[in-house]
Amino acid sequence: MQDIQTLVALTGWLLKATLMMSTPLVLAALGGLFSEKTGIVNIGLEGMMLIGAFSAVAATYFTDNPWLGVLAAVIAGGMLASIHAIVCVKYKGNQIVSGAGIILFAGGFTTLMLEVVWGVKGVSDSVTRLPNVVIEPISDIPILGVALGAQSPLVYIMLILVVVSWFVIYKTPFGLRIQAAGEDPSALDAAGVSVSSVRMIGVVLSGCLSGLGGAYLAISYASEFGKMMTVGRGFIALAALIFGNWTPFGCLIAGALFGFLDGLQFAISILPEFSFMLEYVNFIKMIPYVLVIVALAGIRKSVPPKAIGTPYEKEARG
Amino acid sequence: MTLRIEEGEVHGLLGENGAGKSTLMNILYGLLSKDSGRIVIKGEEADLQSPQDAIVRGVGMVHQHFKLIPTLTVTENVILGLESTLKRLGAISRRASGLIKPFIRTDYKSAEEKIRRISEENGLIVDPQAKVADLSVGLQQRVEIIKTLYRDADILILDEPTSVLTPHEVDELFETLEAFRDSGKTIILITHKLREPMALCDRISVLRDGSLVGTVNRQDTSPEELAELMVGRPVVFRIEKAPASIGEAVLSVRELKVADSRGLTRVRGVSFEVHAGEIFGIAGVEGNGQTELVEAISGLRRPLGGHIFLSGQDIAGQNARSVREAGVSHIPEDRQKRGLVLGYNVRENMVLGKHHTDRFTSGPRGLLIDGDSILETSEKLVDDFSIKVGSLKGQVSTLSGGNQQKLIVARELAFGPKLVIAAQPTRGLDVGATEYIHNVLVTMRDAGGALLLVTADLDEVWSLADRIGVIFDGQLVAIKTPEETSMQELGLLMAGHGVDQSSQGVSN
Repeated sequence: MQDIQTLVALTGWLLKATLMMSTPLVLAALGGLFSEKTGIVNIGLEGMMLIGAFSAVAATYFTDNPWLGVLAAVIAGGMLASIHAIVCVKYKGNQIVSGAGIILFAGGFTTLMLEVVWGVKGVSDSVTRLPNVVIEPISDIPILGVALGAQSPLVYIMLILVVVSWFVIYKTPFGLRIQAAGEDPSALDAAGVSVSSVRMIGVVLSGCLSGLGGAYLAISYASEFGKMMTVGRGFIALAALIFGNWTPFGCLIAGALFGFLDGLQFAISILPEFSFMLEYVNFIKMIPYVLVIVALAGIRKSVPPKAIGTPYEKEARG
Repeated sequence: MTLRIEEGEVHGLLGENGAGKSTLMNILYGLLSKDSGRIVIKGEEADLQSPQDAIVRGVGMVHQHFKLIPTLTVTENVILGLESTLKRLGAISRRASGLIKPFIRTDYKSAEEKIRRISEENGLIVDPQAKVADLSVGLQQRVEIIKTLYRDADILILDEPTSVLTPHEVDELFETLEAFRDSGKTIILITHKLREPMALCDRISVLRDGSLVGTVNRQDTSPEELAELMVGRPVVFRIEKAPASIGEAVLSVRELKVADSRGLTRVRGVSFEVHAGEIFGIAGVEGNGQTELVEAISGLRRPLGGHIFLSGQDIAGQNARSVREAGVSHIPEDRQKRGLVLGYNVRENMVLGKHHTDRFTSGPRGLLIDGDSILETSEKLVDDFSIKVGSLKGQVSTLSGGNQQKLIVARELAFGPKLVIAAQPTRGLDVGATEYIHNVLVTMRDAGGALLLVTADLDEVWSLADRIGVIFDGQLVAIKTPEETSMQELGLLMAGHGVDQSSQGVSN
């Protein structure tokens, strides 16, 4: 009996940790989805998350309202993404180089601003966290109650955004245009729709969503900004996007898988029930990255948008 | 250039590749912007900045390379750019500004109904829910036409609409277009083939080098006159061909089976022979296994089973270099991908595939390239085959399509091959270059060469081949000489009609 209770408690706890750890990944992966579905590769998710995390803490620090922090993160992510959009769409620059530039810029800029705002090199002052939302009716259900009963509002928002993204991409006119821009921009052009604006909007949306992911890390999961605090989550999100075959629910499942491994590792280090795995913890830490390589090597067959990575040029002659 | 197109006529726009037909029409459709001049549509001067401007004026275009997205359904492709949203949310829909409207659920149901109505009214039957990737090329073209009708176009531009169709599909298309004309629509047909405008158009305008050389009424002209206008000199249509003096079998293919890259069997047990001194033509609509067949014979793809004998020696499964060294030349169907290295210059491309032979190497163990010998050979071949090149050091990507193909043909014929495989050798070429390449191939056959000609162009196989094998769905459904068949019969065989009756005939 004792065993079963422990098992139920642990399962609930692991689910909760999985949701917590996967939220920033899924949000950024959804961001990547909106960019890459329109045909623009966005490896800059990492940088957009980072600037989102910083802006969230800074805005909360000055206003003491974490929701304004969230708003600031979304705006800052979107603004950084608009640079990527202008470089890649308007000037048809190399998308990888631009994305790398975004990451480097965000790293440098946030480190510098850390010193400007708080005068420190490593970690900012603590700020008010986003309060957890408690959903009374389900909090008593075993497992589910623990997992979903009391979570950060951004966890629920993430789940809602997965559904919304699916709806927008597959059920609305704008989604049809997004798909067309990524599959064959010339078809979209011939249909009388501006390829540039669809791609611009897609990229900016990717920044907003990544920024939201960053905000979760900074003012919901933590309550401060640390130098380079995203530690590669933007890249894991990119892998989740590929793993999830460029679909919203795929992003959720892949993000949850990575989040689960993250959560497991977390559990091992703090829960006595898992202490027997302690000696393997470094191995478990490795798994997400191995999975990334496996995902990228394409063991699972995933189909990217056909026109991904290529700037759209009107044909010179037919 | 000044061009007038009357309402309710079918106007042919004829010209060789690069004459400016497509550029002109892309400007009219707003895809490209004009440098100067005026466009007047229905009496109104039009400033066309984007296709949207052309669409609202009733101009619709069916592009040569379809503007369809294979992963989407027919409906999704048709409504792209003109999506309507659910009326159920009437109040929101009506008040929705441009910002919100794209995010309201698309009304696929009424769009599908409208597409069904259009296709029934015009005899363009297609399933609105089908994925475009699953449709045949002919059906995809229907979708393109439906797209223009969905936008209420009354001026229809069709860019080389017949190049991808079977003869039967061409007839159907022409019937549809005639019905359109009768209902008062204006049709502009862009083509470089002569037969089509003669069959359909009321008036025909001929372009050459970007300028209009003449507009003629169909009744007052002949294919010969059109060809002369197009090329700028008289053109001989019939290829002068002496009767074949057939020697022994050079290539003998037995029960060959080949799968494509996705693992689907595309060639299912094909057997035939090509003799010295003959041109054996394989006719068929593209995608019936020709590509895989050619790749298997030329050593680019390992067959699943069967034998390929070259002068008695089985070369099935050998790699491309060994096959080449055994005496097989290959004029590939995709000349820019497999025929040339576009970033290399003319000289380098001229010896590609032979560059490692003693003739073009020097130094210890032939480790160095012999530039002098390559230069000498290139000069000779450019001269012999009258290839127009700026400089032997110029990149081949700067050559015209016709001259690129001439270069490949020169290279493949120059080094004494036993067998030449010519896959779609004149696809996309203009009348002049086509005529030249046909003559070269016939000369090679008269000199005792064995030639395997794979083509989707019925005219070409008809006028060149000594024996014609028709390929359909990976099988040779008939092997006939031109004397014992007709173009019509070949067309039907290519489309898969009469497969059952003729299958016994092949087995002998």
